[in-house]
Amino acid sequence: MAEHQTYEEAKALVFRGLMLLGAITIIEVVVALLAKGHLIHGVNFSHGFGHYVYMLLMIGFSIYKAYFIIFFFMHMAYEVRGLVMSVLLPVLLLVWAIIAFFSEGSYWGRSRENIRQRNEETVKPASGSNTQGYYIIPGTEKQVKLG
Amino acid sequence: MAETSVDHAHDTHEHVDESQRWEGAVSPFGASYGKIMMWYFLVSDAFTFAGFLIAYGALRFSMPTWPEPDFVFASFPFVDAHWPLIFVTFMTFVLIFSSVTMVRAVQEGHRENQRGVVFWMFLTVLGGATFLGSQAYEWTTLIVKENVTVTQNPFGRHTADGVYLNADGSEAKNADGTPKTFFKDQSYLIHMHDGKPSGLVYHDPAQRGEGMTSHENLKIKYTTGAYAGQVKEAAFGPKAFGALFFFITGFHGFHVFSGVLFLAIIMINAGSGLYAARKNGYEMVEKIGLYWHFVDLVWVFVFLVFYLL
Repeated sequence: MAEHQTYEEAKALVFRGLMLLGAITIIEVVVALLAKGHLIHGVNFSHGFGHYVYMLLMIGFSIYKAYFIIFFFMHMAYEVRGLVMSVLLPVLLLVWAIIAFFSEGSYWGRSRENIRQRNEETVKPASGSNTQGYYIIPGTEKQVKLG
Repeated sequence: MAETSVDHAHDTHEHVDESQRWEGAVSPFGASYGKIMMWYFLVSDAFTFAGFLIAYGALRFSMPTWPEPDFVFASFPFVDAHWPLIFVTFMTFVLIFSSVTMVRAVQEGHRENQRGVVFWMFLTVLGGATFLGSQAYEWTTLIVKENVTVTQNPFGRHTADGVYLNADGSEAKNADGTPKTFFKDQSYLIHMHDGKPSGLVYHDPAQRGEGMTSHENLKIKYTTGAYAGQVKEAAFGPKAFGALFFFITGFHGFHVFSGVLFLAIIMINAGSGLYAARKNGYEMVEKIGLYWHFVDLVWVFVFLVFYLL
C-alpha cells in the first residue's frame, strides 16, 4: 500500500472531504439558480453561449465530485495500479456511448420535426398546359404526378 | 500522535515481491477477493446506471422541449412556496453526510474499534433512511399533487410567445387590465380535475417570489413562431419524462434501500462481535462502504442530469 496515513490524518481527510463536497454542491446550486434567473432579476444564462458554459461548469463540478469520492472515500488512490485500471478503463468507454447516443437522439429529434412539418404541408395543383394531375411539392419547384 | 496505521489490515501483503503477485501466493491486486468482486459488481452497476442516464439524454435531445427542473422540483415540505432545487439540495447533503459517516465507520474498523464502527454505521443508516423519506415526499408530491405518472407528464413549456385566451376566445386579462401573456420556453403545469386537464399553473416572473399564477383553461394564442395567430390548446410535456424520472430515481432509491438493509445487518453483526473475531480489520464494513459510496456517486450524476442541467 503506497501511503500510510495516521489515524489523525485520515480523520482530517474525512473532514476535508465533507467541506469540499458540501462547498461544491452549494456552488453548483447557487450557479444553477443564478443561471436560471432566480437570483438576480433579468440575469440568466439559459440560452446560447452562456448556457453552454453553464453546462460545462456543472459537468466539470460533478466529475470532480465523482473523482474525489472514488479516489479518497473509496480509497482508489491507495489501490494497486492493476485494480485501478481494470475498474476505470472499462468505465471510460462510456464516453463514446454518450457521444454516440446523444448524437442519435438529436437525429431522432430532427426526424420527428421533419415529419411534423411534412404532415402540415399541402400540395398545390400545378398550373399551365399539360399539367393535368400534376402537383407542386412545397419547398421545391418540381411538378410530380401523385396517385 | 497515534502511530496506528489505518491500513494495517493490508500489512500482510507488504513485503511480497511484485513478480510473485501472479504466482498464487497473494492477490495480484493486493486486495481481498471480496473487495475486488465488490469493485467489479460496482463497475457492472455503473454500466446499468449509465445505460439509464444515456437513454434519458438521448430522449431529451430528441424532444423540442423538456420540463425545466427548477420549475418541476420546487416544492418543500410544510411550506407552500416555490423554492427551486432547495429540497433536492437537502437530499444531496443527506447523502454526502452519510458517505462521510461511512468513511469514519471504515476507519474505526481498521483500528478494530467495535463501538466506533457501530456508532458511525448507525448514523449512516439514519442518513440513508432520511434520504428514502425525502424521496418518498418528492414522489408523493409529483404523483398526487402534480399528476405525473410513468405515462403522463403535465409539465410542459411554451414553444413560442403568445397570449392566454378565455373560454369564449377573447384575450385573458391580468387584474390591472394588461393581457395575460407568456413567452417562449416558459414552463407551465397542466392542472388536472377529475383526471382531465382543466387549466394551467405557471410561475409569473413579474410576481417574483409570490408563488404560482393560474389560468382556468388550456386555450392559448401564439403571437410568434410557426403557429403565429393560431389558437391552440397547451399540450402535455414529453411523455418520456415521467417514466425516466421514476425509473432512474427509483432504481437509485432501490439501491439506497438495499444499502440501508445491508448496513443495518452489518451494523448488528459488528455489534455482536462477529467481525472482531475475524481479526481482518472489519473488512465487511469496508465492502458495504464501497457500495454505499457508489450510491452517493450515482446520485452525483442523477443530481446533474435531472436537477442541474
